[in-house]
Amino acid sequence: MNDSQSILYQDCIPGGAHWSMLMRRGTQLRLTDVEGGANLAMLFYNPLNLLERYNAPDTLKCQHTFKLTAGHCLYSDMGRIFCSIIEDSLGWHDTVSGDTDDAMIEKKWGRRSYQECGNDWTLSGRHSFLVEAGKYGLGKRDLMGNVNWFSKVTVDGDGGMTFVPDHSKAGASVVLRFEMDTLVLLHTCPHPLNPASSYPVKPVNYQISKAAPVTEDDLCRNSRPENGRGFENNRLYHLGL
Amino acid sequence: MIKESIYHVDNAAWRKVVPAGDYLMETVKKGQVVRILDMEGNQAADTIFYNAADPSERYSAFNTIREQGNIYLSAGTRLLSNDGNLMLDIIADTCGRHDTLGGACATESNTVRYALEKKCMHACRDSWLLALAENPQYGMDKRDIPENINFFMNVPVTPEGGLTFEDGISDAGKYVELQAHMDIIILVSNCPQLNNPCNAYNPTPVEILVWDGAVAA
Repeated sequence: MNDSQSILYQDCIPGGAHWSMLMRRGTQLRLTDVEGGANLAMLFYNPLNLLERYNAPDTLKCQHTFKLTAGHCLYSDMGRIFCSIIEDSLGWHDTVSGDTDDAMIEKKWGRRSYQECGNDWTLSGRHSFLVEAGKYGLGKRDLMGNVNWFSKVTVDGDGGMTFVPDHSKAGASVVLRFEMDTLVLLHTCPHPLNPASSYPVKPVNYQISKAAPVTEDDLCRNSRPENGRGFENNRLYHLGL
Repeated sequence: MIKESIYHVDNAAWRKVVPAGDYLMETVKKGQVVRILDMEGNQAADTIFYNAADPSERYSAFNTIREQGNIYLSAGTRLLSNDGNLMLDIIADTCGRHDTLGGACATESNTVRYALEKKCMHACRDSWLLALAENPQYGMDKRDIPENINFFMNVPVTPEGGLTFEDGISDAGKYVELQAHMDIIILVSNCPQLNNPCNAYNPTPVEILVWDGAVAA
C-alpha cells in the first residue's frame, strides 16, 4: 500500500442514519456497501460560499450522461468540480430520483416511533438532510437534488423510470476524489423507489485517504472535453480568481 | 400527449409577452390557468413555480418525475413540490414533451459546456437572479433557485444511461397550459442561450396568458 492509499480515517454509517463532514481538496473518500442493497444519499456545498452547491442537471448535461460512474465529475452550480469518481465497481449511480419524505416512509413501511424503536426508528431522507443542513445554517431552501450512491434507475424509450433491485452487492465501492474543499451532507435512508417490503437498514463504510496528484492523463479530467474545462475552472478558483 | 386547450385568447384575464433574454415573475391564483406560448418556435422557457404563501415550497423536478414514473412532462403530468404537494397540472399541450432534467443555462456552466471564453454571455440564471433582486417582496435569493422545467425542450435519455439533446420539437404557436392547485408564483426565464443549436442560435419571445379557471371557450 503506497502513501496515497493510507487510510487517514474510516468509520461505518449504520442504515437509516445521517452525518456530515468537510472533505479537503486532495483527499479521497471510498464508500463501500457493506451488506449489499445500500443507498447513500449525498449533497455537496462550498464551505466558503454555502450558496455554491451540487447541481445535478449541470453534472448530467455537462457530461451527456444520466448515470454517474467512474470518469464522471460532480459539478457545482458555479461550473466547478466538487469531486471526481476515480473508481467505481458498479457502473451506475442515481442522481435524479430525489429523496424520501416522512409521508412516503409511512406509506411504504409504516411509522415507527422513537419510543417503540429507539435509534432503530425509521427516518426519512428529507429529515436527515434537514438536520445535517441545519448544522451549517442551511435549511429547506438549500436542499437540492441529491446523489443516491449504489442505486440504479433506468429509463425506457418512452421515458418510464425503473428502479433496479439488487443492483449493489456486498463489497461494492465507489471512490470520490475531492477537487476542492467540500461540505458533504449524507444519509443512509432508503432510495425513494426501493420496493423492499420492510424499511431497508443498510450500513455503508467510508474510508478517507490522501489522493494521488491529478496527472495530465487523468481519467476524469480527460473523459470529456467539458471536464478539462471544469478542472481549469477549479485551477482558476484556487488561484483566487 | 397532444391535447388542445379549451380556452380562447379573447377571454384571458391577462397576457404578457416575455422578450428573449427577459424574465416574468407573477402570481397566479389557485384555479387559474396559465399558458406558455412559443411565439416563433424552438424557444426554451425555463420555469420555476413557488407556493405564493410560502416560497420555501417550490417545484421539485425530481419529486415530479419520480412520482409519475416518467422523466418527460406533457398533458396529464402533475407538478409536485419539494413538500410532495400538487402545485399545478398540465391540462393542455400541443408540443408533446418538456424537459425537467437539463436545468438552466448559467454563465459558469456555459464555460464548461461550450468554451471558457463564453463566460460573459447572458444566461437563465442571470435572469432569475435579477428577478429575485428586483422583487424583494418575495424575500428570495440564490438559494431559492431549484431544478427547473424547460418547456419546449427535448432531452431524451437512452436505456444505457446517456443523455442527448435533440433539436427543438416545438414550433411557432405551440403551447403548454397548466392549472394551479394553489396560489403560485411563476418565474420564467425566457432563455437567451446563444450556444445551443436547439433554438437555431436565435432566442425569440414567449407569451404568458392567464385565464380565470371557470372561463372556458
